[in-house]
Amino acid sequence: MNLDLDQHRQLEALYTEYAQLLDDGPLTQWPELFTEKSLYLVIPRDNYDKGLPLAIMRCESRGMLEDRIRAVQETIMHEPRYLRHQITNISGHLGDTGLISAVANYSVFEVVEGELPKILSVGRYIDLVDPHVDGSPRFVEKRVVYDSVLVPNTIVYPL
Amino acid sequence: MATQDSFERLTWPDGGITEIPYQIYTDPKIFDREMSRIFCADGWSYVGLEVEIPDPGDYIVTRIGNRSVIITRDEQGNIRGFANRCAHRGVKLCRQRTGNNRFFVCPYHQWSYDARGQLRGVPFINGVQKLGGMPEDFNRQDHNLPPLAISTRGGVIFASFEENPERFADYLGETNLNYFDRVFDGRELSLLGYSRQLIPGNWKLMFENIKDPYHASLLHVFLVTFGLFRADQKSQVRMDETGRHGLLISRKGEQKATESTRDISNLREDFALNDPRLLDPVKEFADDATVVMQTIWPNLIIQQQSNTLALRQIQPRHPGAFELHWTFFGYANDGEEMTLRRLRQANLMSSAGLVSADDSEVIKLAQDGIDAYRDDKGVILMGGRGVEDEEHMVTEVAIRAFYSHYRRIMEL
Repeated sequence: MNLDLDQHRQLEALYTEYAQLLDDGPLTQWPELFTEKSLYLVIPRDNYDKGLPLAIMRCESRGMLEDRIRAVQETIMHEPRYLRHQITNISGHLGDTGLISAVANYSVFEVVEGELPKILSVGRYIDLVDPHVDGSPRFVEKRVVYDSVLVPNTIVYPL
Repeated sequence: MATQDSFERLTWPDGGITEIPYQIYTDPKIFDREMSRIFCADGWSYVGLEVEIPDPGDYIVTRIGNRSVIITRDEQGNIRGFANRCAHRGVKLCRQRTGNNRFFVCPYHQWSYDARGQLRGVPFINGVQKLGGMPEDFNRQDHNLPPLAISTRGGVIFASFEENPERFADYLGETNLNYFDRVFDGRELSLLGYSRQLIPGNWKLMFENIKDPYHASLLHVFLVTFGLFRADQKSQVRMDETGRHGLLISRKGEQKATESTRDISNLREDFALNDPRLLDPVKEFADDATVVMQTIWPNLIIQQQSNTLALRQIQPRHPGAFELHWTFFGYANDGEEMTLRRLRQANLMSSAGLVSADDSEVIKLAQDGIDAYRDDKGVILMGGRGVEDEEHMVTEVAIRAFYSHYRRIMEL
């Protein structure tokens, strides 16, 4: 079933908040956009197309998302950098289970301090969203499938 | 030309293998010599896994050094390899990374080659309406693609540009062969997936990084925090007789501060995982080693870190950059839980790895530093000046051994 205007607006608002939290923080609040048992995968397109399960980030719960954020902030040695997510072509479909299957295109620009901006990653989101978790939509599953399979060095923050 | 002058001017510093001139990370002439003497030479380069090309006609396109090659399986089931460029005008034959073909057809003039790289078809070879065509003395067999020597062991495919290279087992030497066979023990492999990154640093910095246990217990706060790699663990560094291959072997410790972590200013003793499934290693090999990092000259790293098994293939692009291609695998008889465990632990590795991100970042910083100071040199003195096997991690001995072989091959 297609989403009505209100449902679509709520879905868009979820993606907007998602981008804002990753780009401007606070990063520690980003996992709150996911349900407790959510699945978050960042998958190179060639693996996805071939049905190979390997993801470069694999979080099987909100707890694992929190662990990754803490590692990014406290243990990974990396150059200072800023991300800007552009999320477009959002579309959703309400399934019989009451969950929304959503897809969107994304691109992420990265600026490493003192360097020219570059496109860090280009791809699509293939998501499952629960529209009513304490009154707000939350990700149940999120697959970040990236076309740019040759990664320019390092992906530090979630995409 | 300036670059030629600079290459001719290179005299290795007096410190020998304890001093590395930064010029070898930056000079295009040295890079060219590396491609011809190290990669497109008599060594065995990793090119893929048998499980990637199970059926006749299956192929993968990869690189040895900076040269594109096709690895395929012929109709008899034999693995073949040859240059990925048409004998006619040099056009890249295969544009896809993987696929299945009976013939490899050049897109330009449709010259076609079979699975052995032999030229089988040349359109208009006899001309059209008695006009044109190849000269009388044109023989197709003079234009076959140069074949690669192929050797497989435990499901892993190696290739060489040399017609009759040393036997693979002799090439590795006894110790390195034993550790190779420990992972590739004849069990059927299962392919879990790929990850690729372009690292803006010289390719040798990647080998140095994996041959250097000194950094692992300092740079990798995540590893140290969770006791996966620590300077106080029982460890070995092993080389082959030439010094070109190497092994770092170690064992898991505890999450606590010790004498060896005192020097790590940002050890996170209070970092408890919200979801401990991320690090839930189980013993799977007969010995008690939990980390074995093997470096095989000239292009391969075999990684066993807890239950993540991966091959990292080094593909140099130019002096200041290389591609690192990761192939993660398990065994066909892994249960679902084991596969999940491998996939979870893969969070530590590759382009977004909680551990290996440190390495790609630091390699970039190394190249950044070196580029601007190319007449200077680096120091490799930790653990002394020797190239012998060691029983601890506070050493750069494997890097020295690597450069002793490098200097012989490169005549530098």
